[in-house]
Amino acid sequence: MADLIKVYPPKPSHVYFYATCLVDMFYPDAGMAGIQLLEREGIRVIFPEDQTCCGQPAYTSGYHDDARAVARAQLDLFPEDWPIVVPSGSCGGMMRKHYPGLFKHTDQETKAAGIAARTWELTDFLLNVCHIRLEDLGEPTNVAMHTSCSARREMGIAEVGPRLIGQLNNVNLIEQVRAEECCGFGGTFAVRHPEISGAMVSEKVDTLTDTGAGAFVTTDCGCLMNIAGFAEKNQKPLSGQHILSFLWERTNPGQGDKS
Amino acid sequence: MNQTTRTPQHIDVREFHSRARTAIADPKIRKNFRKAMDGLIVKRKDAFEGWDLEALRELGANIRLRALADLPDLLEQLEKKLTDNGVNVHWAIDGDEACRIIRDICVARNAKTVIKGKSMVTEEMELNHYLADHDIEALESDLGEYIVQLASETPSHIIMPAIHKNTGEISELMYEKTGTDLSNDVEYLTASARQQLREKFMNADVGVSGVNFAVAETGTLCLVENEGNGRMTTTVPPCHIAVTGIEKVVGYLEDVAPLLALLTRSATGQHITTYFNMISGSRKPDELDGPEEVHVVLVDNGRSSIYQDDELLDTLRCIRCGACMNHCPVYTRVGGHTYGTTYPGPIGKILMPHLIGLDEGRHLPSASSLCGACGEVCPVKIPIPDLLVRLRQESVDGDKLNPAKVRGHGAKRNALEALVWKGWSWMHARPGAYRFGTTVASRLRKLQPGKLGGWTRYRTAPKLAARTLHERMKERSQ
Repeated sequence: MADLIKVYPPKPSHVYFYATCLVDMFYPDAGMAGIQLLEREGIRVIFPEDQTCCGQPAYTSGYHDDARAVARAQLDLFPEDWPIVVPSGSCGGMMRKHYPGLFKHTDQETKAAGIAARTWELTDFLLNVCHIRLEDLGEPTNVAMHTSCSARREMGIAEVGPRLIGQLNNVNLIEQVRAEECCGFGGTFAVRHPEISGAMVSEKVDTLTDTGAGAFVTTDCGCLMNIAGFAEKNQKPLSGQHILSFLWERTNPGQGDKS
Repeated sequence: MNQTTRTPQHIDVREFHSRARTAIADPKIRKNFRKAMDGLIVKRKDAFEGWDLEALRELGANIRLRALADLPDLLEQLEKKLTDNGVNVHWAIDGDEACRIIRDICVARNAKTVIKGKSMVTEEMELNHYLADHDIEALESDLGEYIVQLASETPSHIIMPAIHKNTGEISELMYEKTGTDLSNDVEYLTASARQQLREKFMNADVGVSGVNFAVAETGTLCLVENEGNGRMTTTVPPCHIAVTGIEKVVGYLEDVAPLLALLTRSATGQHITTYFNMISGSRKPDELDGPEEVHVVLVDNGRSSIYQDDELLDTLRCIRCGACMNHCPVYTRVGGHTYGTTYPGPIGKILMPHLIGLDEGRHLPSASSLCGACGEVCPVKIPIPDLLVRLRQESVDGDKLNPAKVRGHGAKRNALEALVWKGWSWMHARPGAYRFGTTVASRLRKLQPGKLGGWTRYRTAPKLAARTLHERMKERSQ
């Protein structure tokens, strides 16, 4: 559940960037976009080379010993007391909300709690810690947004994406019907219960398509591969992008990210 | 009139899947649930307009937590107060014992007909079948329950048992079973049912009801309802038997007001229900109405097994409002019957494993995307998603540091899946192996299979990037 009160740190000189395995393998552009947005805010971004996965897939599947082994391998990646930023509400939620419980009554309890306390979802960090001001350099366009359930309910940042997009003068954000409903991803749920997940994503694609925007952005790569993958397979006129890629492209037209 | 059929509680995962498939492919089911749930979501939201909902939920949660912390003492206090009030108190370790107690009361009174108010705990113990097997007729008087009974079905929702049916289907059912003229006029259909029920009320030997809150301090039984059938059930027949799970007890009368405010708004979006009954005993000599005999059956049926565990204990906070169902995207798609359990939806997924064992209920915890909508609306702040994860762990014995405790744990563990996770864990706990594996995968991405089981039945496969972010960051730093 979301914190009742969230205390943001002052803007730091450095951050650790925790990319998540999905960004690493499938959406590295979104990761680069996030890193460049942070750097443009004057923050030095440290990318710990030994990062892999937060452990969430095994955790939500009930294999907590296996999740703990993977999570433990992440605990030593952040030696300085800098914030850890994550381009995902879901993986950020795992670290912020579930690491303390996962390591309760172990030798790593204190370390895990410390990491949890300085883990931030990246858009939340850009808006509320960096106080980013976005200058829109793109052509007028419409877009819809799907906020992941973990971003919305675990991290409590449903307002963050719309506020960032709201800074873009030429972008018109159109809200879909039942915006707060899950897209049906749910990690292994999509594989264990394909019909239910399929019915959920089908309706999510319909409501997003009905906005007429033709494109949507999202905070989480799981939702992105679910919604965009369904739209592509079923030839719906809807394309998807991570919100960080969208924000970077809008404010750096022509550059994209090819670094 | 006893037409209910015994529904198997113990259903394995394949049947859950096949029922889910059937429900999802049925446009009528999809439409009935979507329409009803959409309406309930809006009504709930409107009903809490102007309230400090978070503060009220916090209060509700704390009232329930306090009551559960003192549960053994409160139950003793309740028993004493009820006894002082002239109410007969019975304890039942499980559903079978509760059924026997109720039958024995009926037999002692030579009762042949029972009229019932809405009670989920009697569904849990399948009281109607049991009584029918002993030649006692039990008729449901809640309109939704009445419809479900006519159709020989089980409730598909804990508050709105017949929510899976639309008006046309109900009219056809009433035409077929009771000869009521076909009509799409809800008032006409309701009036017809009322007429038939009224006669039964007058002649019933025993009334059986549930309980929403049992107040230990005063021995008061609170019953929330909208149709007046609860009041009729508890006052017209000469004998009233109230049946309740042991967790429904609260300490003080003043605990009731916040819980009631939360319950009716969360359940149906009502500020208050049409009827709220506070029952404090049988008819006194100078009173004109009320039953001459009142019994309370306090049913455990697996509840005390949860009591030993601080985390699982939260399950017992539930006040049975059904908001978790109304907001659940899975429940909305598959409907209540797909679960095959007395309590469907999110609360069913965390409660039923304790009632039927996690081996029998092993299909339940995984049937969730963990979206958290249930936990967000729960009026007593039950962390339902966390409990689902806990039960997933228990169902595969996945945590050596926190060994599983729930009856039937480990039933879902299979060697192959455990091995896959072990392999996954091995690779992701070794950064070098991870980087090597992901780099090789990105190089071989053209060979990536186009079909990935259930995923690609509905979606294209995710596309591996040409270079991982790790590689790009490494190049960048050079």
